[in-house]
Amino acid sequence: MRYLERRMLHASFLLIAVSILCFAFSALAPGNFFDEMKLNPQISPATVAALRSQYGIDQPLPVRYGRWVKSLFSGEWGYSFAYNCPVKNLLLLRARNTLLLTAIATLMSWILAIPIGVWTASRRGRWEDRFTQAGTVFLLSTPELVLALLLLQWIVRTHALPAGGMLSVNFEELTFKSKLIDLLKHLMAPATVLVLASLPLLVRHVRASMIEVLQAPFIQAARAHGIGKATLLFRFALPAAANPLTSLLGFSVAGLLSGSLLVEVISGWPGLGPLLVEASMNRDVYVVVGAVMASTVFMIVGSIVADLLLLIVDPRVRTS
Amino acid sequence: MKNKQKLVAAAAILVLLHLIIFFAGFVAPYNPASQNRDFPFAPPTRIHFVDTHGHLHFRPFVYQYTNRPDSFSEYVEVHEREYPIQFLAQGAGYKIAGFVPSSIHLFGIEGEAQIFLAGTDSFGRDQFSRILYGGQLSLAAGLLATAISLFLGLLVGCVSGFYGRWIDESAMRLVELFLVLPWLYFLLAVRSFLPLHISPVQAFFLLVGVIGTIGWARPARLIRGVVLSAKSRGYVLASRWFGASDFYILRRHVLPHTYGVLLTQAALLVPQYIVAEVTLSFLGLGLGEPAPSWGNLLANLQEYNVMASYWWMFAPALALVIVSFGYLKVANAIHEHLQSGSI
Repeated sequence: MRYLERRMLHASFLLIAVSILCFAFSALAPGNFFDEMKLNPQISPATVAALRSQYGIDQPLPVRYGRWVKSLFSGEWGYSFAYNCPVKNLLLLRARNTLLLTAIATLMSWILAIPIGVWTASRRGRWEDRFTQAGTVFLLSTPELVLALLLLQWIVRTHALPAGGMLSVNFEELTFKSKLIDLLKHLMAPATVLVLASLPLLVRHVRASMIEVLQAPFIQAARAHGIGKATLLFRFALPAAANPLTSLLGFSVAGLLSGSLLVEVISGWPGLGPLLVEASMNRDVYVVVGAVMASTVFMIVGSIVADLLLLIVDPRVRTS
Repeated sequence: MKNKQKLVAAAAILVLLHLIIFFAGFVAPYNPASQNRDFPFAPPTRIHFVDTHGHLHFRPFVYQYTNRPDSFSEYVEVHEREYPIQFLAQGAGYKIAGFVPSSIHLFGIEGEAQIFLAGTDSFGRDQFSRILYGGQLSLAAGLLATAISLFLGLLVGCVSGFYGRWIDESAMRLVELFLVLPWLYFLLAVRSFLPLHISPVQAFFLLVGVIGTIGWARPARLIRGVVLSAKSRGYVLASRWFGASDFYILRRHVLPHTYGVLLTQAALLVPQYIVAEVTLSFLGLGLGEPAPSWGNLLANLQEYNVMASYWWMFAPALALVIVSFGYLKVANAIHEHLQSGSI
């Protein structure tokens, strides 16, 4: 537990540093949200100045940062100029959607990657292995952007899945079961792209660490004892290969998060990605900072979960 | 030996790709900005060997296209006359590498017919030419940003690994900070704080600067590790006892050890940064029209009807995949080569 406390402390320092970094960069901005209004002859310069001081943009950077921290504790998390509401309401909803998407994609890609990796490792050098390897190389060199566009084109042409959004228009009228199905249908396209994009790296790592373990003497001994192949692979070899894989979980969360930004934008999933892009265009500073902070939290939580898993999986880490 | 052959083959393909894109003016049949308002969204021109009478031609040829009556952007071939494809043909003027003026193209068509290998866009501009010219911007952005990242990484990694103590401690905290940042989100955020409406040249350098500066952390950490192991070797300690300066030791004894890591990182970072440029331009935050880049070429696909009706608008994606594939192969080959022995 001491370990967890230390990680939490470390994480909070990182978050503070990220927020300072964000604000420091935001000071570079030569314009702000209200600059567009200056072009409008119907809005007087006095009004723009009044708005600026009302939202506190005319204050120096440390003061703005102080106000932002204060609003964090009062549960506002800053104020969105474009939506005219506290950032917290916006962010929580969007972060929930992104979490739903990335969590399901992470789960699915691991569920697929482990058997594929174990299987190809056990058939190393045969045609199945070579075929899978070629597939992973192809998928690795195809960016998420391209995958998402191709899938969307297929959907637009065949109407097999809903093209965009998260819920159907008539969502409120549906029964619970059909609500769930509706959500899953909308989730299918973005999740598939994310899984396809993160799968190849995972498969390669699972395969590599399995191959290493399969050459170990204790596996040879177990094989000599006549232990069946499935038991050998999943009961003996996989736990031994799990150590490097759990630290990969943190990386895979990072990859999925940056991947999900684009995929969300393209497939219209109302997550953090579209919010951030929109806020970037509008220079809605506090929303941008909030979105970056939220995704940083996801990253940190991902790596902490990976480390905790490592504690569970590897007894050597626990004792040291 | 087999690894080395693999490395050479992969690197040769990659060099060829870069040469094609570097000499885009020569390979591309048309100027990327020249419009054919009569031919919006023309499909890729079909290349024939056999004419309508069944005669086999040794020189491939194309037919002229014309609008199908009563339709928009649907075209039919006019089978009146064959237009053979000329190699090393005269065409629109361009400048080789930006300096030497020339008007010779790898291939072209003489007469009224035109050849669009990858179709045309909404202004009737030749997509094939635009992809080649766009590749110049996208690849240059990737390469320059990688150079920035590796330079910063090398600097921080060497200094923190070599001098250690509080410098190392604080540099590594900074590395942790940048590693935990979700880089695409941060990239977008930083981009949003910088001016939106700027000239293409400014946009290019801004983009390269931002992408390059954000990604220095991982190379820095890897290089620090190499430097740490290198500086405690016997000959380094010996040369220090002989009175060699820090700079001499770094340059002569430590830097050569980092080349392997630098090469592998470069091969990994370049495609990643090309994709970053493509992503930002796709979202409208990077390089904008009229200068073509793979990102803003792909941005055409944001319109549903373009995506659904004109499959050749996906051609820039193919170019992107091919280049990523080349770099991936090179990265793998370097990695295997390094593991099997020294470079």
